[in-house]
Amino acid sequence: MAFTYGQLVSGGVGKQLATTLGLPRPARLRRHQLGGSLVPGAVLVAGHGDAPVAERVRHLLEDAGVQVASLPSTSVVGVVLDLTAIETPADLETLRSVLGPALRTLAPTGRVIVVGRPPEGTGSVSQAAARRSLEGVVRSVGKEMRAGGTANLVLVDDGADAGVDATVRFLLSGRSAYVSGQVFHVGRPVGELVAPADWDQPLAGKVAVVTGAARGIGAAIADTLARDGATIIAVDVPAAGGPLAEVANRLSGTALQLDVTAEDAGARIVEHAQARHGGFDIVVHNAGITRDKLLANTDADRWDAVLQVNLLSILRMNEALVPAIREGGHIVHISSIAGIAGNRGQSHYAASKAGVIGMTQALAADDAVLAKGITVNAVAPGFIETEMTAAVPFATREIGRLTNSLSQGGQPVDVAETIGYFAWDANRAVTGNVVRVCGQMLLGA
Amino acid sequence: MTPASPRRAAVLGGNRIPFARQFGPYAKASNQDMFTAALEGLVARHGLAGERLGEVVGGAVIKHSRDFNLTREAVLGSSLAPQTTAYDVQQACGTGLENAILVSNKIKLGQIESGIAGGVDTSSDAPIMVSEKLRRKLLRLNRGRTTLDMAKGVLAIRPGDIGIETPANTEPRTGLSMGEHMAITAKKWGITREAQDQLAAASHQNLAAAYDRGFFDDLMTSYLGLAKDQNLRPDSSVEKLAALRPVFGKGENATMTAGNSTPLTDGASAVLLGSEEWAAEHHLPVQAWFVDGEVAAVDYVHGDEGLLMAPAYAVPRLLARNGLTLQDFDYYEIHEAFASTVLSTLKAWEDEEFCTERLGLEKPLGPIDRSRLNVNGSSLAAGHPFAATGGRIVATLAKMLHEKGPGSRGLISICAAGGQGVVAILEGA
Ligand SMILES: NC(=O)c1ccc[n+]([C@@H]2O[C@H](COP(=O)([O-])OP(=O)(O)OC[C@H]3O[C@@H](n4cnc5c(N)ncnc54)[C@H](O)[C@@H]3O)[C@@H](O)[C@H]2O)c1
Repeated sequence: MAFTYGQLVSGGVGKQLATTLGLPRPARLRRHQLGGSLVPGAVLVAGHGDAPVAERVRHLLEDAGVQVASLPSTSVVGVVLDLTAIETPADLETLRSVLGPALRTLAPTGRVIVVGRPPEGTGSVSQAAARRSLEGVVRSVGKEMRAGGTANLVLVDDGADAGVDATVRFLLSGRSAYVSGQVFHVGRPVGELVAPADWDQPLAGKVAVVTGAARGIGAAIADTLARDGATIIAVDVPAAGGPLAEVANRLSGTALQLDVTAEDAGARIVEHAQARHGGFDIVVHNAGITRDKLLANTDADRWDAVLQVNLLSILRMNEALVPAIREGGHIVHISSIAGIAGNRGQSHYAASKAGVIGMTQALAADDAVLAKGITVNAVAPGFIETEMTAAVPFATREIGRLTNSLSQGGQPVDVAETIGYFAWDANRAVTGNVVRVCGQMLLGA
Repeated sequence: MTPASPRRAAVLGGNRIPFARQFGPYAKASNQDMFTAALEGLVARHGLAGERLGEVVGGAVIKHSRDFNLTREAVLGSSLAPQTTAYDVQQACGTGLENAILVSNKIKLGQIESGIAGGVDTSSDAPIMVSEKLRRKLLRLNRGRTTLDMAKGVLAIRPGDIGIETPANTEPRTGLSMGEHMAITAKKWGITREAQDQLAAASHQNLAAAYDRGFFDDLMTSYLGLAKDQNLRPDSSVEKLAALRPVFGKGENATMTAGNSTPLTDGASAVLLGSEEWAAEHHLPVQAWFVDGEVAAVDYVHGDEGLLMAPAYAVPRLLARNGLTLQDFDYYEIHEAFASTVLSTLKAWEDEEFCTERLGLEKPLGPIDRSRLNVNGSSLAAGHPFAATGGRIVATLAKMLHEKGPGSRGLISICAAGGQGVVAILEGA
């Protein structure tokens, strides 16, 4: 592996240099560990007005054995601020007066979670303005956070407060290490919200199909879902059979070698899942390729290859998978920052990944999908350290690593953790969401 | 009549690594590495990680003495439960199929519920032996106790003693290579160059078509960057093959070329077998039933019969025991050691004199429908890592029969060095 900026500035002369020049120094992120507590410290919970979500969160934390604080201190590692009741921009003063002081003492790898209501959900112009303000504040706070801290906004529909627990849990925990500056949308649950018996095994008893599982992010998704209790069906092309077998065997899952672009790929996944595992609950469409080239130089084959693997195959497979997935199941797509911000040399890739977002939102609202209580969401990774990004030229790669609020690339596991969260049965109130796992990358923010 | 067997043995699936040419991508891989890789792919496909199987039977024809427990070591290096027993068998090119017979027999008898049969061979990572004289002197040197003993021992070694031997494809009792033996048989049966080249071209074309269909997607696991058999030439044709110079036989009878003989290759294969109950418990669909197997040997040493003609004797015995005729099969898998081996065998079965006098039958076994022969390619295209060929064929045929449907039938015939032949019948499930 090449010498990286992160290694340079984390010690010795490099560290001195970076401090003198005011260059960013990446912090060690707090990532989830089996048996680890929700948060390693107290959580400050506050709100404006009657703050119904704050009340829920207090109960949630108490049940989980987390200390709830009402004043800022250095032992506070998280702040949950319920602003669902704000009515005018003047009410934002509550946010300033609570969050401002709290940020001064917040412990490293701290979490800021602001809870509000969607601006679209009010008839009042002034209230809509205030609600929309929250996004601006949270995105700014994300950029002001230090020492691996993150800030995210959760918008909860009226009457949908019960669904917020899963997202608060996720955002406080190490599972959301590389998620910052994001807006989560919690709506009415599409099915019953079922909390797991053990939060270290939130996917116990579930069967998960992961495509592109032989390496990179896909292998991390398989590892992570298996760690959380799921049985894995690891899918990848026959040419990746060796590494795919390794993944399947270390997780005691099964390997299914197929090209997702094959006409019958969906049917073959269904057949394998039903014959070998009696069905499936989770599908993660992770397989993807890049074939970078300026649009002016992109021929039809190159264009088609990217669209086939990254978008068309998924549309096709879902036609077979949706009818077969168990009720209350979860489908997760992988988009990309490039699909949001666009990227030079990636017009076809961006087309496919933006298409994934459109597909996610439409499928989530599809009648057949809603009738089965299935959630459909997407993650949009930013710069993640994999073989795909290792192929990127050095300078571009370093820029990718540094141009985000956490001053580092993400790990495959970070993407996997968000996918795991989408797959919780306790999380049936989150569907049609696109969450960026990008450390709040500047691109397209 | 089909022998009344206590219960049936099911073929549940198979796996192999793509076969590589000698000194190709697997040049540095050992038999143990390759067999472990084949096992790992099989375990992953069937979700057997941590599972204790009845047994794993493997083996290699070319084997280092340190690999005395080759299969057991491979099992210990795999994701199978370490409590899975294992042993090695060596029956030349018949090893893989013999192993499938052994495992299925134990399953039928109720001694085990599940097992893996396979084999591996490397022609690249071959053991090297020193000359017999040098070996004896080195052993004596090693026994020496004093410095003087050792000095004497060292001095006893003469320049002439030094020389290394690699294993050769030569019959110890005749000194002839397998190809030379085959050339004699091919001449006897009047097998033409053209017929051999046709068979070879078909093997390549059939194997290529099978890859294109995705037929091998669930029969193979990529290894060391290889995802397809390296020997495969999809554009092979009779015309191209006709341009090759003969390498075995002399004069007009020199019909055997590098194109219609199998090349030296490296590779491994494994087949999963189990009882019906075990298969159901593990949610594994039965692909085929391993009906029966037979082994024959011929006296090639005294010229009574050709070295690779034993399957011609084994098949009629197997057919008789199972109450079948040679025409009762949907598929024939006849191992292509050489194109002429397949053609000589088929010709013998059609030959009145051979069938009555040699096989003691009333009439010839008759011709087979050639469109049912090696329909997804065989050793000429895929390559032939000796002990791995049986596993390749059993897994391929089981899948073909499964696709064909219940009651379909397939015949396997594999010739082996030492004048032996291993054959078997599979039935689609
Ligand atoms: N690495 C990043 O920074 C990044 C950023 C944004 C999005 N993504 C997306 O995340 C996903 C995984 O990316 P990665 O970095 O792990 O890539 P990777 O190249 O390391 O792994 C992709 C896997 O998908 C498999 N695959 C490709 N085509 C396939 C096909 N037709 N059928 C079945 N499997 C196929 C490959 O064999 C490989 O194992 C992709 O969808 C990618 O677009 C990655």
